[in-house]
Amino acid sequence: MSAHGTATSGTSATSASLEARNLVKDFRLRSGVKSRILHAVRDVSFTLEPGRTIALVGESGSGKSTIARMMAKLEAPSSGEILLDGAPSATGGSRLASYRRDVQMVFQDPFGSLNPFHPIRHHLERPLRIHHPRLSSKEIGARVDELLERVRLSPASTFADRRPHELSGGQRQRVAIARALAPGARFIIADEPVSMLDVSIRLGVLNLLAELQRQEQLGVLYITHDLATARHFSDEILVMYRGEIVERGPSERVILDPQHEYTKTLLEAAADPDRLGRLRDEVRNGG
Amino acid sequence: MSRAGRANGIDRTGIPVEAGVTGIDPSRRGEPVLTARDVSIEYEVEPPVKAVRGASITLHRGELLGLAGESGCGKTTLAYGLNRLLKAPALMTGGEVVFHDASGRDIDVVGLDGEALRTFRWSKVSMVFQGSMNSLNPVMSVRKQLHDVFTTHRPGMRRAEREARSAELLSLVGVDPARLSSFPHELSGGMRQRVMIAMALALDPQVMIMDEPTTALDVVVQRGIIREIMRLRERLGFAVVFITHDLPLLIEISDRIAIMLEGRIVEQGTAEEIYRTPSHEYTKRLLSSFPSLRGDRGDFIRTGVGSGAVEGGAA
Repeated sequence: MSAHGTATSGTSATSASLEARNLVKDFRLRSGVKSRILHAVRDVSFTLEPGRTIALVGESGSGKSTIARMMAKLEAPSSGEILLDGAPSATGGSRLASYRRDVQMVFQDPFGSLNPFHPIRHHLERPLRIHHPRLSSKEIGARVDELLERVRLSPASTFADRRPHELSGGQRQRVAIARALAPGARFIIADEPVSMLDVSIRLGVLNLLAELQRQEQLGVLYITHDLATARHFSDEILVMYRGEIVERGPSERVILDPQHEYTKTLLEAAADPDRLGRLRDEVRNGG
Repeated sequence: MSRAGRANGIDRTGIPVEAGVTGIDPSRRGEPVLTARDVSIEYEVEPPVKAVRGASITLHRGELLGLAGESGCGKTTLAYGLNRLLKAPALMTGGEVVFHDASGRDIDVVGLDGEALRTFRWSKVSMVFQGSMNSLNPVMSVRKQLHDVFTTHRPGMRRAEREARSAELLSLVGVDPARLSSFPHELSGGMRQRVMIAMALALDPQVMIMDEPTTALDVVVQRGIIREIMRLRERLGFAVVFITHDLPLLIEISDRIAIMLEGRIVEQGTAEEIYRTPSHEYTKRLLSSFPSLRGDRGDFIRTGVGSGAVEGGAA
C-alpha cells in the first residue's frame, strides 16, 4: 500500500475524524407564488473515525442523501458545520480540493457515475493527476494498476482499457470505489452503493468496502435502506426519519433491541425469511 | 374498518382455504389453474437470445408462487409469455401454456387469437407490471381509468354499475373511494400501486401476475401492499405469480418458489424447502447473498473471503 503511505500516516493522529456538527438543511419549495420550507435535515451530528463504519438508515425522503451530499461538499448546509480532523472545513478554493482529497463519495448508480466515452484508466488517472500533480505519467500508470488490483479488478491490464459498458454493474461499482480511493481518501461516503446491483454481487462489493476499511483504516459512512447489511457492515447505526436521527447506537443493539417506534416499524417491515408463512397465517386469522 | 366490511360483502371465493397451505404434498394441493410446459422464448435479434429455455411451472388455485431470479434471467419474459404479452422480436419457440378455467374448460393460451385473446387477457389472467404505478395516465382521473376497464371488457355494463364497481375496487385495495376523482399526481406511490392492483382485480381474474410490484416503494409502504395482496388472495381466491429478486421476501410470503437462472428454472419447491434445504448451487448462492436480519452473522460477512469469486461468477 505504498501509494497510501501518506494518507495512513495522517490517520494515526488521534484527532483524525470527520465530524458533522448540528447540520441543518432547509430547501425552499416554490409552486407558483406560494413557497414553503422543507426541513430536509434537522440538527444532525455524528463523527466518523478511521477504521469505523457508521450506517445511516431510513426511507427515501428521510434526508440521508442530503447528508451525504453535504458531507461530500456537493451541498452547503443551511447551518451547522463539518469538521475535518477537528478543524472547520473550507468551502472553496485549494482548501476544498484538499478536503476532497480526504473525503470521497461513492454514488448509487454505477451506470451514471462513469463517463461512457472514456476507458476505465481515464477515470482513475484524472483524480490522480488533479490531486497528485507531481506524479509522472509512468507513476500514474502504476498507481492505476495498483488501484484496480486493490478493488480486485485483476489483472489490472485487462480492465484499464475497457469502457464502462464493457463492465458489469458490480465491476463498475468497484471502479467507482477505486476512483474514490485514488486521491488518497481517508473517509468514504457511500450512498446506497449496492442497491442498484444484482443481489448476488452486492455482498462482494460490501465485503470489499469492509476489507479496504479495515486494511486502510478508512472511515465509512454507509447510507442504506437495508437494515440487514447495515447491521452486518457497520459499527454504529443512525436511524433517520423526516430529517432527524430518531435512534442511534451500536448496530447489534439497534437491530436486535430497537427503542424508537419508527425503528420498530422499519424492522417489522423488513423481509425476514425466518417469519416464513407468518403473514399468511395472520391474514388468514383476520389480521 | 369499513374496508373489511365491504370486502366481506362481496366475498365470492368458494376456493378451499387449504389450497394455499404449505407442507402438503404438492400434487394434492388444490387443482392447477395455469400450467406451462417446456416453454422456450427467444428474442429474434442477431445473434438470437434464448431468454427462456424449457421452463415448466404449475400454478394451483389460490396459490402464491414466487418466481425468483436476477436481472436478465428471463423471469419477466416468462411472465409475459404466460399472458401472451410477448411482442416482436420476442417469440415463443416452444412449449405450451394451458389455463384451466374455473368452469372446467381448458384454454390453450398459445393458440388464442383476436377476440378470444382479448377476452382472456385481464379477465382470466391480469398483470401488475414493474413500476406500474408510473403507468397510470397522468391526465385521466382514477375514475376514468377504472371505468375504461369495464367499457372495454364489459361493454354491456351500465354507468351506475361501473361507478359502483370502481368504488368497490378502491375500498378493496384500501383506498378511499373519494379518490376516484383524483389524478395520479395527487396520489402517493403506494396509493398509485394500490390503484393498479384494483385495476388488475377489476374483472375477477383467477390469476394475477405481479412483476416486482413493490420494488420501487419504501419498505413500510411495500409491507402494507403485500399484506393487502395476501388479504385479497385469501378473500377472492385468485392465484399469484409474484416475481422479484428479493428472495427473503418470497420465502416469507410464498407457498412455493421457483428459482430462475439463465432462462431455466433450476429449482422449485415449497418456501420451506427452498429456505431450509436448497439443492441447487445457485439457490444456495442467492440465499447466502442476503445476510440475516436478526440471526447470526454469516462467516462470509466481513471476512472479505470469496468476494472476488462471487463477483466473478456473475460478471
